Amino acid sequence: MSSRLFRWAVAAPLALALAAGLTGCGSSTPATSASTSSGGTAKTVTVFAAASLTGTFTELGKAFEAAHPGTTVRFNFGSSATLAQQITQAAPADVFAAASPATMKTVTDASLAGAPTTFVRNKLEIAVPADNAAKVDELKDLTDPKIKVALCAEQVPCGAAAVKALDAAGLKVTPVTLEQDVKATLTKVELGEVDAALVYKTDVIAAGDKVQGIPFPEADKAINDYPIAVLSNAPAGDLAKQFVDLVLSPQGKDVLTKAGFEAP
Amino acid sequence: MTPPTALDARLVVTRPGFALDLELQVAAGEVVALLGPNGAGKTTALRALAGLSPLSDGGRITLDGRSVHGLAAESRPVGMVFQDYLLFPHLSALDNVAFGPRCHGATKAEARRTAATWLGRVGLAEHAGAKPRQLSGGQAQRVALARALAVRPRLLLLDEPLAALDAHTRLEIRSQLRRHLAEFDGATVLVTHDPLDAMVLADRLVVIENGSVVQQGTPGEVGRRPRTDYVARLVGLNLYRGHACDQQVKVEDVLFSVAEHLDGPAFVAFSPAAVALYRSRPDGSPRNLWQAGIEGIERHGDNIRIHLAGPISAFADVTPAAVADLELAPGQRIWASVKATETHAYPA
Amino acid sequence: MTASTTPTARGDVRRPERSGVSGRVPWVLVVPAVIGMAFLVLPLAGLLVRAPWSTLTQRLAEPQVLEALRLSLVTATAATAVCLLLGVPLAWLLARVAFPGRRLVRALVTVPLVLPPVVGGVALLLVLGRRGLIGQWLDSAFGVTLPFTTTGVVIAEAFVAMPFLVISVEGALRAADQRFEEAAATLGASRWTVFRRVTLPLIAPGVVAGAVLCWARALGEFGATITFAGNFPGRTQTMPLAVYLALETEPEAAIVLSLVLLAVSVIILACLRDRWVNSP
Repeated sequence: MSSRLFRWAVAAPLALALAAGLTGCGSSTPATSASTSSGGTAKTVTVFAAASLTGTFTELGKAFEAAHPGTTVRFNFGSSATLAQQITQAAPADVFAAASPATMKTVTDASLAGAPTTFVRNKLEIAVPADNAAKVDELKDLTDPKIKVALCAEQVPCGAAAVKALDAAGLKVTPVTLEQDVKATLTKVELGEVDAALVYKTDVIAAGDKVQGIPFPEADKAINDYPIAVLSNAPAGDLAKQFVDLVLSPQGKDVLTKAGFEAP
Repeated sequence: MTPPTALDARLVVTRPGFALDLELQVAAGEVVALLGPNGAGKTTALRALAGLSPLSDGGRITLDGRSVHGLAAESRPVGMVFQDYLLFPHLSALDNVAFGPRCHGATKAEARRTAATWLGRVGLAEHAGAKPRQLSGGQAQRVALARALAVRPRLLLLDEPLAALDAHTRLEIRSQLRRHLAEFDGATVLVTHDPLDAMVLADRLVVIENGSVVQQGTPGEVGRRPRTDYVARLVGLNLYRGHACDQQVKVEDVLFSVAEHLDGPAFVAFSPAAVALYRSRPDGSPRNLWQAGIEGIERHGDNIRIHLAGPISAFADVTPAAVADLELAPGQRIWASVKATETHAYPA
Repeated sequence: MTASTTPTARGDVRRPERSGVSGRVPWVLVVPAVIGMAFLVLPLAGLLVRAPWSTLTQRLAEPQVLEALRLSLVTATAATAVCLLLGVPLAWLLARVAFPGRRLVRALVTVPLVLPPVVGGVALLLVLGRRGLIGQWLDSAFGVTLPFTTTGVVIAEAFVAMPFLVISVEGALRAADQRFEEAAATLGASRWTVFRRVTLPLIAPGVVAGAVLCWARALGEFGATITFAGNFPGRTQTMPLAVYLALETEPEAAIVLSLVLLAVSVIILACLRDRWVNSP
């Protein structure tokens, strides 16, 4: 019965190991073919990208595949920290797009990636339920003890950004919860469990009608840079660079800004 | 003069493939044994009396003039001793006995006093603190009896009360049980498949086969005049159904001379020990004599029991010496006879 | 409780088992058994090897860690109490009372087992959240909101852990000899008395085993808790939540926290086991 107890403790490292293992198995075959015949037929680019890029990168992936017939782009979306850990544990990836310079730094510090380029920036907004029942319209409103606020935990990028923004505004907010990621924070807003939350503008846009976004000036003090880099051991080499080029191209910029990202 | 009828019941239980329909009257202070082969419905009858199985349409149970078949088991003035006693394993002997009085509203102290008295009566005062697993079979049986009696039931039900005991303990517990049953002033119904238990403990036997009564009477009556093969085997008699004409009963091709004057359908019964065996046809009367084949030979107490087939099948008990003298062996043809004075005939 | 009598009872019964079947242990059983054991133990060994032992004491002294540990133990215990209070009667109903739809109910009881805990947490929000089916009524009538409270943690843990208790207790009830209950009925015991004085003591080992499973599951609960009750130190941040967030920035700290949780729970279970679950 104690195995139940081990469940959590075991699950986390195990999941990491499995994730790394699975990705390894999956991409090894096409990766070899790509390296032996650059410009050949079947090729795969494996992109590790922050969860907030899911929508935009999937779209760009399709565009890339269309422009390079016979090419497949495979994505591994997740928390930047988890992805960075998988890369340092030798998961075979070609491109890494992180939601914060700090996570990218763990990869570059291990000499696993070339010089990263900041491709977009993400800005915080106040997210409120569609009806905005608590009538929040500026950052200061969040200090009202009657208003329930959700923030991201400081350990994750959106949480670090929120702390920076609130510090910049000189405000002290007591949240009811520190969520483990931006999606979880947004869910609380969508369900009306909290009156307001600080999340990225892109997430507010992705949530559609269920959430209203309120921009606030202090957000400029806590802008989040998204770096992208080709990994040193990239099995797909040239293709990886081409994918990064697409992300940095006007076409890529167009897709990203539509989703709420800002150009660097 | 006759004690009042305490229990008056018609036990009707219908289930797919089984039907029990049994009239049962038991007087106060009377002990009735339900006898019957496995599957006859004895336990079903007992469970119906206790309220553990529901009665089907037409069934009724009246106890001391009060209708109880509509009551749940816990509301009936009934005590039950189960075959394997079912003493609560987590309670001491004392608390097992005190359980009933406690459920009937006694305070903890009162219930324990009552329980101690009952344990004393069954001779287990010094085992009051013992857990059921620390008790021997005989002790557990007595605790179970004390537990059932401690609720002061008007009807006591005993399901195979001695079946779980070894032969030696059984003898001792049987006589003790008899004494306790004699002291009990309510009606008692006990279920057993052991004729000896029934004979010793019961005032009256009710034999059930296939869900209905086939014979009832005092142990003496039933023992002397079995009416079915099952009862005959139970009491160790050879039993035949034939046609009587004055002092003769014809069974198949065999003619029995009997002491009784009878006419019409009749039973003839005799003990296996009354059968004499001969290698060749004995002289004299052709009555009570038939030729048989030996089907089997087995030990039976100190004697040898011979299974005979022929016009009528019978058991014959002979001494080991006789088996040697007659050189009896299975498959052999042999003559069998029984003295008229050893047979017993009665109307069917 | 009467449960404390069980070990001795078991102890007596156990003796003949030792002289049971002898002879060679079949490889077909030993090989998978060893692999199975390795599968369970190796990840733990991985944690132990990678653990930064030098910082262990320092981490333990952090008030946040102690707070999370305390909260974990308190909520898991409270959740187990809730499960016992509601789960044992539910198990009894499923095992002893034939009612229409019983099979459906039995299937529904296991839903939290198969439901991803995060989904369970969302489901709880939809029902008990501030705008949930029952939650909005609780809010307007009593001013009670459950999400983001310690009570919310207990509810989330109980939701996920209850099936373990119900399944375990129902199994014990089915295995228990019902004739004891009949015997009690013939002695005049009402169904409630039968349950309290006969059934419950008889199935005590099953209840304890179920409660331990339930407690362990509640202690490790993550998904439903963080979704329904959120994460706030001292109020809803249990150890698994602290571990998860530590994993984002300091994997080593996460390992230490996991080991602390593991060690504390193993010690508690071992102590309980000696007292109660001394069954073979």
